[in-house]
Amino acid sequence: MPNIEDIAKELASKLKEHKADYIEAHLEDSVSSYITYRGKVLESIGKSASVGGNIRALVNGGWGFVSFNSLENIDERIELAVQEARIAGKGSSHLAKIPVVVDTASIGSKQNPVNIPLAHKKELLDSYNALIWKTPRLKTSNIGYGDAYKTSIFLNSEGSFIRQERSDVTLGMAAIASDGNQVQQANMSLGSPGDFTAMENLEGAVREMAAKAVGLLAAPQAKGGEYTVVLDPVLAGVFVHEAFGHLSEADFVYENDSMRELMVLGKKFGRPELNIIDGAAVPDLRGSFNYDDEGTPATKTHLIKEGVLVGRLHSRETAEKMGEKPTGNARAVNYRHPPIVRMTNTYIEQGETTFDEMISSIKEGVYARNWYGGTTSMEMFTFSAGEAFMIRDGKIAELVRPVVLTGNVFETLQNIDAIGDDLAMNQGGGCGKSGQSPLPVSNGSPHIRILKCLVGGK
Amino acid sequence: MLNIIQQILDKTAALAQSAEVFMFTSEETPVVFEANRLKSLQSKESRSISLRVFKNGRIGFASSNKPEDIDFLVKSAIETAEFGAKANFQLPSQTNFSVVEVYDSNTEKVSLDEMVNLGNGMVSALTEYTPDILCEASISRNTLSIDIANSSGLEAAYKKSGFAVSVEGTVIHGSDMLFVGEGESSCHPVLDTTRVLDSVRLQLDRARNQAKINSGKFPVIFTPDGLASAFISPLMAAFNGKVVLEGASPMGNKLGQQVFDSKFSLYDEPTIAFQPGSRPFDDEGVASEKLDLVEHGIPKNFYYDLKTGALAGKKSTGHGGRAGGLPSPSPTTIIIKEGNTSVEEMLSDIKEGLYIEALMGATQGNVLGGDFSGNVLLGYKIEHGKITGRVKDTMVFGNVYQLLKDIEAIGNDAKWVGARLMAPAIYCPSISVASK
Repeated sequence: MPNIEDIAKELASKLKEHKADYIEAHLEDSVSSYITYRGKVLESIGKSASVGGNIRALVNGGWGFVSFNSLENIDERIELAVQEARIAGKGSSHLAKIPVVVDTASIGSKQNPVNIPLAHKKELLDSYNALIWKTPRLKTSNIGYGDAYKTSIFLNSEGSFIRQERSDVTLGMAAIASDGNQVQQANMSLGSPGDFTAMENLEGAVREMAAKAVGLLAAPQAKGGEYTVVLDPVLAGVFVHEAFGHLSEADFVYENDSMRELMVLGKKFGRPELNIIDGAAVPDLRGSFNYDDEGTPATKTHLIKEGVLVGRLHSRETAEKMGEKPTGNARAVNYRHPPIVRMTNTYIEQGETTFDEMISSIKEGVYARNWYGGTTSMEMFTFSAGEAFMIRDGKIAELVRPVVLTGNVFETLQNIDAIGDDLAMNQGGGCGKSGQSPLPVSNGSPHIRILKCLVGGK
Repeated sequence: MLNIIQQILDKTAALAQSAEVFMFTSEETPVVFEANRLKSLQSKESRSISLRVFKNGRIGFASSNKPEDIDFLVKSAIETAEFGAKANFQLPSQTNFSVVEVYDSNTEKVSLDEMVNLGNGMVSALTEYTPDILCEASISRNTLSIDIANSSGLEAAYKKSGFAVSVEGTVIHGSDMLFVGEGESSCHPVLDTTRVLDSVRLQLDRARNQAKINSGKFPVIFTPDGLASAFISPLMAAFNGKVVLEGASPMGNKLGQQVFDSKFSLYDEPTIAFQPGSRPFDDEGVASEKLDLVEHGIPKNFYYDLKTGALAGKKSTGHGGRAGGLPSPSPTTIIIKEGNTSVEEMLSDIKEGLYIEALMGATQGNVLGGDFSGNVLLGYKIEHGKITGRVKDTMVFGNVYQLLKDIEAIGNDAKWVGARLMAPAIYCPSISVASK
């Protein structure tokens, strides 16, 4: 049975022999395991192994892409990718120059989390589930644990040869309460670049989550309308990812004149306190790596500095076509897909306002915490809080049902008028784009205050 | 490959009481257009083999795409069985499945040139219609093979073809963005894009002007796409046998009761010929059959796989679906029965209201309870029976169960939304709207 190391060595010389402007290969070998619970019982447990790869070729600006599980007949696959690129290519090829790199890197935990005995993982999850079920009026619970360890090899016709290993652990839990007529739920999700101990000692948070689900049964619905809204670091992190991060992805901008005008560098997007960063070079997070899936070294990119747009996220192609520097943001969720421009670790930089200062001047507002999810259409966004409280006369008041917040991205960024002193990163999320999901990312923020934010409600 | 399935079953026979092998192989060829131009041609091959075992009354599972590595599969499945869920059911034995046509050999024969031409045709039709539109388009053909065998003697297989065209257009003026799009898919080749293009051109026409609606309660027409963006996720969760079993479904104790408007009927239909969601049997080897979920507003059935069915004291309805892991209850093709009112009649009944094509974020709240709250991504104002322009910065808020209890009218022109849903327009008499 051929393995990816041997195939990669063979490929190194072959990629240069073909008549294409550029060719790259990705090879991956991974193992993963998962455990899920529905209600009191373990629902499923399994292990999985995967091997595969792809060849991507560029000819006259057109791309060919061939992905496969079988490592046989690689020569034919290279030929096919080049042929496809030739059919697609009608112009000229543009790729930003990057250094030729030969390197080996290891991302995250050195220990393969898949090898931790299943009995140990199950024991921990059993204890969390038992805690959830101690809460009265609880209807059911969901737990999903997953881990993975992946070796990937990237090589291209320019001579780069990069071997990266990475591990990943995620845990999502939900408590669902019911009083017979209605159903409410509370969630938590977390992740780590492979460190299983990050999943331990969560007893307090689990108890709190279950209590929240039950508490929501008695909570009233917020009245819909415009409010001053304070977001906690988790939700503000989702906001910065959804509302601004996706807009910073150059693949939506580079061939679109209207978008280039809208997203021109130097344009003012927010108040001077606002700084937004994305970067895989920020260490030890789920979006961290040494090289992206085009072999570009990871960077840390200021997207907004003192309220002004100063950067965006690039692949080699988008960087060259826009005359900007590549940022190392070309990522593929796995070998079945070509790399596209994606976020890594995205966050609002810490400011100076304390939480008390932030809420003290709000007569009637909403304090929104935690998240269910969020989507964006570039111009408009919606994101869902996991829980919400009214703010009345400068104090946190009654619990209300989870709210959906929505707005225009450009107005809303201008309406961020206070940034907290308590930056925290959330690692439980996975990002989806163009059918590639879930990609490990992290996002974060301090508490932020947004003026005139539209809240859905009765 | 069939040889491998037999080898795995043989190897497992001495180690476990029951075993089942499920194998999936696919080939997909997408042709991708970006920014009005052909961007890439792709070919994607993929396969996976899953092994489910029953050992000492518990279920173990492993999957791999290395057919050579039988040892990993068997060892991992046996290892996980020590901790697995209780095996409370029997794997099905050999059955004579009814024929469900899902393979058309013509689909594989569509050439790359023809696919490129289809994409060029769509892009040029739309850029002629609206010069500042930027289109992304995809034309894709695929074939899929499913093989399943188990230790109860089942051996079954089918092959499916698929073809999909889709186009999305973006029109940007300043910071104002309009997104339009349509798609069509079938097991047959989709070589006529007229319907797709007509639909996009209609969206462009309707969105040409902007209109404002105040906050308040208004009548709303949800188009089939609009319904898909808000109503389908909560309904599919509520009729999932597993959610019912857990007591978390609002429909759990409502079978046989008049829960919805009597005009509302909902089915799952996996046997429609040449529909991409169709199949002769599910991913556990249980025969596919049409399943009534709601008839005339009365919930009739929930959908089950083998394990959930056994726990609930019911039979599998043939809805075991896999997404890489163990099977779980999964819908196939959802049909909302059409009514007898034309969209024109609905419009003429409305003095002031909304016509909603897409809600953003409506399925990210409390899905189980049916509450939704979504931003109108694409929707229009209705004034005195006419569509007057696109609304923005507008949210609608409702509860799926309350809205479907009192339906003003159901459209007489159901259409496919993606490959897995056929729905008509639904006219709701009063929904909360919040706008800036």
